Amino acid sequence: MSGFAAMLRRELRLSLRGGGDVLTLVLFFIIVGAIVPFAVGPDRTLLAAIAPGIVWIAAFLAMLLGLERLFRPDHEDGALVLLRQAELPLSAIVAAKLIVHWLVSAVPLLLATPVLAVLLAMDLDSFGRTMISLALGTPALAAFGAIGAAVTVSIRRGGLIAPILIAPLSIPVLIFGVGSITSPQSGAATLFLAALSLMAVALAPFAAALAISSAED
Amino acid sequence: MTPDTEPRLNWWNRMANPGQFVAWTTPLLWPLVILTAVLFVLGFWFAFFNSPEDYQMGDTVRIMYVHVPNAWLSQFVYAIMSVSALGTLVWRHPMADVSMKAAAPLGALFTALALFTGALWGRPTWGTFWEWDGRMTSTLVLLLIYLGLVALWRAFDDQLRAARVIAVFTLVGAINIPIIKFSVDWWSTLHQPASVFRPDGPRMPMSILVPLFVMFFAFTFLFLVLHLKAMHTEVKRRRVMTLKRRLAQGGPA
Repeated sequence: MSGFAAMLRRELRLSLRGGGDVLTLVLFFIIVGAIVPFAVGPDRTLLAAIAPGIVWIAAFLAMLLGLERLFRPDHEDGALVLLRQAELPLSAIVAAKLIVHWLVSAVPLLLATPVLAVLLAMDLDSFGRTMISLALGTPALAAFGAIGAAVTVSIRRGGLIAPILIAPLSIPVLIFGVGSITSPQSGAATLFLAALSLMAVALAPFAAALAISSAED
Repeated sequence: MTPDTEPRLNWWNRMANPGQFVAWTTPLLWPLVILTAVLFVLGFWFAFFNSPEDYQMGDTVRIMYVHVPNAWLSQFVYAIMSVSALGTLVWRHPMADVSMKAAAPLGALFTALALFTGALWGRPTWGTFWEWDGRMTSTLVLLLIYLGLVALWRAFDDQLRAARVIAVFTLVGAINIPIIKFSVDWWSTLHQPASVFRPDGPRMPMSILVPLFVMFFAFTFLFLVLHLKAMHTEVKRRRVMTLKRRLAQGGPA
């Protein structure tokens, strides 16, 4: 078994044995979406109009929640130091972590989106577009999140500062993510979103690996 | 092959020594301060007394002379920080760390001033302090990135280790800023088709361009002075930290 596959298996096992984490994440996602109607009122047309934005905000916040477990446990128990000495380059290790992070934190959100679609009075067409845009955009959120988590891994209260760093970088993802659902040029927005995800996922492992190795020297 | 034991002492290597850097650049400080002051006096004289009112905006056009230089600096400072970040990552140049750290709060300040003067100018001319216009929005995002970097610097205990990590993030930001700019432009034209700014706007007459250029240089030199002074302060701060650490360890101070 290659090192990369071993990394994938290790990360998947670690995050699935934690069990409760995934459920908490989904619960948080649904609660953020469900709390908005209490703030803006139960008007179905208004809710349907802002539903794509709400779903994207909920997904953005939920993706932030899972970042703490990306590098911090490995940093605290010293596994990250060992991983840096592996034959596998650190960027490949970060890439494996990024893939698993997306699998355990974005895919459950995608599966939970139908619940929010019903609660927020989405029609079938915009529900379908929301699923596509979330599937295309969450890799970029995960990638920016990985950079933020890597930069703050050696700070003790890094969990507080990572969202501040990640949020400005994620603005294009939100713009094109919501744009691909609601805007008249949704086709262009979907393509931009996909391009953004590809670029972020391609570059993030190298940036995050560089940040981790600089922080540990 | 015998290794070259004696490091070549060109100016680049010499500047890597913080003490040498401070010693070499201190004589520059006062001439730069005087030049900045002269430029500001000249610029304000032009701006207040020797430039025409706008036929539509009246006297409020004079806000432009402080607004445009600040807006220029908000991006120029990020460019300085990115070059310093490269210096930190590629050459591990110690003064690049210091330059990066000193520039972040200054960039935040100039960006905030650009937004503030823009709001003051927007109120009488557009009738609103804030509009989700493409340029204003991307400047706001830039301010958030600057503030995030300042917060990041403050979060690290070990400043030497912080520098390389923050350099990585600065460069990630440098790649992202054009993307943010593009996406925000796309987004804002979607929301408000009639933009306030037009690329084919009226060309400025020389009577406005001259004071604008003077103020532009005045603010740029102001940044250079503040940046240099902040770098000196940072060098001294690090020296004090080292002395305190040695004292705490019970060694000779």
